[in-house]
Amino acid sequence: MRRLRAMIVKEIWAVLRDPRTRIVLVVPPFLQLFIFAFATTLDVRNAELAVLDRSGGRAAVELIQRIEGSPNVRRVRRLASERALAEAIDDEQAIAALVIPEGFARDVAAGRPATAGLVLDGRRSNAAQILAGYVQQIALGLGAELKPRIARAAGASEVTAWYNPALDYIWFTLPSLIAIIVSVAGLAITSQTVARERELGTFDQLMVSPLRVHEILIGKMVPPFLVGTLNGTLYMVAARVVFGVPFTGSLLLFYPALWIYMLALIGVGMLVSAASQTQQQAFLGSFLATTPLILLSGYASPIDNMPGWLQVVTYADPARYFLVIDQGLFLKAMPASVVLQQLWPLALIACVTLSAAAWLFRARME
Amino acid sequence: MDGPVARADGIVKRFGTGAPALDGVAIAIAPGRITGLVGPDGAGKTTLIRLLAGLMAADAGTIEVLGRAPGDARDAIGYMPQRFGLYEDLTVQENLDLYAELRALPRSERAEVFGKLLEFTDLARFRSRLAGRLSGGMKQKLGLACALVKAPRLLLLDEPGVGVDPISRRELWAMVGDLKREGIGVLWSTAYLDEAEKCDCVYLLNAGKLLFEGPPAALTGRVDDRVIRISGFEERRRRFLTEALDRPEVIDGTIQGRSVRLLLREGASFQPPPHATVDLAPPRFEDGFVEILGGGPTGTSRLAERYRTIPETDRPVIEAKGLTKRFGDFTAAEDMRFEIPRGRIFGLLGPNGAGKSTTFKMLCGLLTPTAGTGAVAGFDLRSAAADARAQLGYMAQKFSLYGNLSVRQNLDFFAGAYELSRADAARAIDEALDVFELERVAGRDAGSLPLGFKQRLALACAVLHQPPVLFLDEPTSGVDPVMRREFWTHINGLVEKGVTVLVTTHFMDEAEYCDEVTLIYRAVQIATGTPDDLKADAATLAGLDDPTMEEAFIALIEEHDRAHGVRAEAA
Repeated sequence: MRRLRAMIVKEIWAVLRDPRTRIVLVVPPFLQLFIFAFATTLDVRNAELAVLDRSGGRAAVELIQRIEGSPNVRRVRRLASERALAEAIDDEQAIAALVIPEGFARDVAAGRPATAGLVLDGRRSNAAQILAGYVQQIALGLGAELKPRIARAAGASEVTAWYNPALDYIWFTLPSLIAIIVSVAGLAITSQTVARERELGTFDQLMVSPLRVHEILIGKMVPPFLVGTLNGTLYMVAARVVFGVPFTGSLLLFYPALWIYMLALIGVGMLVSAASQTQQQAFLGSFLATTPLILLSGYASPIDNMPGWLQVVTYADPARYFLVIDQGLFLKAMPASVVLQQLWPLALIACVTLSAAAWLFRARME
Repeated sequence: MDGPVARADGIVKRFGTGAPALDGVAIAIAPGRITGLVGPDGAGKTTLIRLLAGLMAADAGTIEVLGRAPGDARDAIGYMPQRFGLYEDLTVQENLDLYAELRALPRSERAEVFGKLLEFTDLARFRSRLAGRLSGGMKQKLGLACALVKAPRLLLLDEPGVGVDPISRRELWAMVGDLKREGIGVLWSTAYLDEAEKCDCVYLLNAGKLLFEGPPAALTGRVDDRVIRISGFEERRRRFLTEALDRPEVIDGTIQGRSVRLLLREGASFQPPPHATVDLAPPRFEDGFVEILGGGPTGTSRLAERYRTIPETDRPVIEAKGLTKRFGDFTAAEDMRFEIPRGRIFGLLGPNGAGKSTTFKMLCGLLTPTAGTGAVAGFDLRSAAADARAQLGYMAQKFSLYGNLSVRQNLDFFAGAYELSRADAARAIDEALDVFELERVAGRDAGSLPLGFKQRLALACAVLHQPPVLFLDEPTSGVDPVMRREFWTHINGLVEKGVTVLVTTHFMDEAEYCDEVTLIYRAVQIATGTPDDLKADAATLAGLDDPTMEEAFIALIEEHDRAHGVRAEAA
């Protein structure tokens, strides 16, 4: 125990006193909090729209005003001609242009179905589609008020989003962020540990001491483990307190899941570290591991959208399971039985990565 | 042209806060001469060379190379940086081509220049070999050839002697001697003080300050008649040296085989013990350096005074029984056999890459032998490796402690790693801080300490658990002679207490401290014996009278090569 204690204390000091590691500890989490929380929005806000109104009349004005009034739209430009419309889209002055044809107001007034066209900028397809959705909703809303019967006949459905009734994207992003940040920081710190000793020449010194291999490995696992727990806690609290995301599940499930996920990650980081000769290599290696870890986790794009063979690959990604648990515990009070379903593959992956790391560490000693 | 090819005056260069790397240094490099830039690691040698090469600017002072600013004279400068400056993934020829291209050597001249350089460096046979796969000596020669691609008038060589075996080193000197006769001004920087004696003019740097300039004989002249060699005394030589160094009239002393070499204070005389013979010894550059630094430490080691006495034993403390290591089809060490009794210093000597590090690593458990066995303090390396490791203290050539941890945290860690109880650890750490005078810096990052303190800390960490066995891997390469004395004073004291020491070195000075050495060359032991035995062997082999350790080393290797075919097939 004395040896192990000394090793753990030394590793913690090594992390705290190394300026580079300190930066890894502090900067990426904060940077990510701000970037992910504010920049990677899935909503479309401050959109610039254009409108070519050929109809005039009450209904057309009403429609335009409602669009102008939407919180997602910053400004609606009035256009005079087809050519102006083409220019507005071309120069990206507007992401979409609404064309209200002649007779629109007349049709509405007469109770006939009226149509309006929407021209979208296909270069910004994602944002444009989302915007199209907004406009459609507004138009439907208008129609429903004017002629409730007609609108209902058109098959409008009432949508209720469970677990995230306001469909606030932050409710989705922030819980996922916990997984991402824990992964990035955990991998970065773990991957440096052995490589740093190799580069500095302290590795031999360590190996000639009576420390056993498992003591060295455990000692090296402690700091990333602590950092991961700290980061995870910090973000969980920030998500609730600062961003108001509800945490509906049990902390007694959250922490074990976080810890097992950390172990799986540390195994991956150790593998990278044991394989690297220098810190530079370790850094590149951890980058190489982080990217697929996150992309295949289902955070960036749903796993169901991936080709079949890639979906199979995602079963090996520990982040996949933790992400489900993490989001589930936040938003839908995931019960223990469901958490366990995700937890056992995670534990299996942790066993595999840790054993592989220990094996590689021993093999690379010479 | 008679004026200097390069001149620098009042150079000051700082990196960050703290003492400047160079503090008011002046130097002049004459054409057709070898100017030595001598000093321990961290003295400022590389900084000065980089300033002369125009790679960075001085904070103060003037530099002139061939009458111009250093950056403007690059065409006339040949520069060989410390780590060869070679592209390891290119062949010898490709390296030459690349440098010819970089230096804009006209295509028409290339064939002739390359031919000359390859002949000069004896590398013609290795044209298509990757530079990374050359031996240290050959890399150095190729580095020199690359620096000479466009005949320079000033040649800057940054520690060309490092990592090169004595034979290659001798060849390198011969090559540079040829260049000097062509009128090139050569600046040769080195931490090896014996190399200083071969220069025409020497600048001695220490901690950024110029301590001496002039021909080396002017420095050794100061200590003429004050260097004596004493032999034939009855006591053990280490105890004798300890006592001699404690006397006020002795400034410095070293062990030389069975005799002891002393440097006396000016005007002092030394009363030799009965039956001892006293000869006047030729002074060396190092003696002069030690005197400028104010003399070496006294002989009694405070570390050894407090060290436990290692119990007597009849069994060898370190044993190598046919240790062999193969990496694939490459044999790094073959059939190493030796036994080291308690309280002895045993040296593994040999050029870099010969197999001494491999042997050393097998004995301290870093490498598993392919064949053979070994034991440390009675514990078999194969079956009880961890127990064997607990018995040894280890100190590597490169400062290998945790630079980000404070001095005290380093000590704490090693105390824990070696399982000292809390009370023992506290006492041992307090003692170490006291003995090695580290209290003042106990809270500082180990990495920010001056080299001498790092060295002390490394030794302190290695002996914290009072091991019966010490493994030292080139422990004093690059440190100044006073620090080296201090280190060996401790080691000598510990050996008197019964500690057994295994040391690897290519430093002939360190070899002299050994009771027994084994010379490892191309993975095999080619000679084993006391330093005096090896010198005597070499004397008969090469017909030398009173050879130095280095001469003995060269003679024995050459003899081995003669017996086993040509050297040309070198690694």
